[in-house]
Amino acid sequence: MNAPQAPLEPGGSVGAVQAKLAKFDTPLKLKGGGVLPAFEIAYETYGELNAERSNAVLVCHALNASHHVAGFYADDPDNAGWWDNMVGPGKPLDTRRFFVVGNNYIGSCFGSTGPASLNPATGKPWGADFPVVTVEDWVEAQARLADHLGIGRFAAVMGGSIGAMQALQWALSYPERVRHSIVIAATPKLSAQNIAFNEVARQAIMTDPDFHGGHYYEKGVVPTRGLRIARMIGHITYLSGAAMMEKFGRQLRRAALGFDFDVDFEIESYLRYQGDKFSSYFDANTYLRITKALDYYDPAADHGGDLSAAFARARANFLVVSFTSDWRFTSQRSREIVKALLDNRRVVSYLEIDAPQGHDAFLMEDARYHGALRAYFENIAL
Amino acid sequence: MSEAALLASRPDLAAVAQWVTPGARVLDLGCGDGTLLKYLWEARQAPGYGVEIDDAEVVACIRNDVNVLQLDLESGLSAFRDASFDCVILSETLQTIHRTEQLLREMLRVGREAIVSFPNFGHWQARLQVAFGGRMPVSTTLPFAWYDTPNVHLCTLEDFEALCARLGARILGRQVLNDGRQVTFMPNLLGSIAVYRISD
Repeated sequence: MNAPQAPLEPGGSVGAVQAKLAKFDTPLKLKGGGVLPAFEIAYETYGELNAERSNAVLVCHALNASHHVAGFYADDPDNAGWWDNMVGPGKPLDTRRFFVVGNNYIGSCFGSTGPASLNPATGKPWGADFPVVTVEDWVEAQARLADHLGIGRFAAVMGGSIGAMQALQWALSYPERVRHSIVIAATPKLSAQNIAFNEVARQAIMTDPDFHGGHYYEKGVVPTRGLRIARMIGHITYLSGAAMMEKFGRQLRRAALGFDFDVDFEIESYLRYQGDKFSSYFDANTYLRITKALDYYDPAADHGGDLSAAFARARANFLVVSFTSDWRFTSQRSREIVKALLDNRRVVSYLEIDAPQGHDAFLMEDARYHGALRAYFENIAL
Repeated sequence: MSEAALLASRPDLAAVAQWVTPGARVLDLGCGDGTLLKYLWEARQAPGYGVEIDDAEVVACIRNDVNVLQLDLESGLSAFRDASFDCVILSETLQTIHRTEQLLREMLRVGREAIVSFPNFGHWQARLQVAFGGRMPVSTTLPFAWYDTPNVHLCTLEDFEALCARLGARILGRQVLNDGRQVTFMPNLLGSIAVYRISD
């Protein structure tokens, strides 16, 4: 690499970062049949792209996160990136060695083109007219971003949860453009139970009187109540029962049971707080679309349900990581991915981390998990 | 690592490696830190996967740039297709397995052949300790006290060969070691480690 290796302490921050916006005028054909005439992608980069352009790592985010993966903003120093414990100088994904690209997928509400953006045809926000986008569409848009940044081939594409679906899909859509696919807390397709939870969340949003069929921007209202409930449901599925019991137990929020319907238990207070916080910054139309993208993802569908056949085109090396307490996307689902890769004789390693936190464990700092990621990245030749 | 270095540090692994042909596809069950797989790749260009359950060993495998799958051998080898490997290795792990028969059958299913190494419970020191000391044996190859051991199914050469017969497995080769040296005279009494090459 050409950037000087400053003797930084391990585990440092990338420091103050700035979000950028890439504009694309070539229409993007979507899997659902629609077309985005033009779009923008918000992104951040950390580290330096080397002269050979061989050290780029694309980081893909999950449901409620964004392109702000690491570091902080100069005018908002408390706003640390969502994977700041993973990405930085001396961190497992070491920005002294790798050029890391965080991106915000289309349909989101953090800067990339989404339902709240202006529809060029009407001059008004897209609202309900914004198309349903898929994981495959996100990867197409990210490929445009890679072109824009002059990255022919990523050293790695990495993500957790829906981010992991993108890392998988990259290896299928652009086998020659990914050297390593790092797939964390993933599933090759949602279960009926997963879809059921998503549908309850969507119903909460769509039955909110402030939803107005998705055209709430022009009414000057937000379906806050629906979003709140959607988030509360989601949050229950991200934590394990044991982690929730350990953190909250049956602790009371007030001195004694109230025999009314105000908050009695700490867990109620916590969920209400998470719901309130989320509904203050997240867009309901985005939530609907992301949950649909999750529900629709199924790379085996075009191969008669045969995941091994779907992976026949993959060329990347894979690292698959699951967490034993994740009941949303269980370890069994990750083992299905591993089996499909083994059937195709792909280079693959699989870690099953015995972590208590549930699905959210992929965001936590765990010595085994981070140690494995660190070792894996160190062995990627540049 | 050179062959000489492997022979010096892990003669049991060197004995296993001797039976792996260049370019063979290898599955190493209970692969530890991946030393054998790394050696086989460097010395034989034999690509492979390790299976390991221990967290620290799995991370060590990744550090060693060895493909490792964190799976429980007790639940079988359902991740692997029939005859998908040239050679399936179970080195110094047999004695820790609860479902021994099932695992050996699975090894013969996914591999063209299998290599199994284990500590010989028929070694004279073990026999003496039981017969005259009246205590469960503790030695370099059996270093654990009876109440604190990962070993659940210890056997002798004779026992293992009887099990192979029961499974209908053919013994293609046998090496017996003591202190890193080959033992040919009275192996079930004088050998501390046995290495078998079998197929169905």
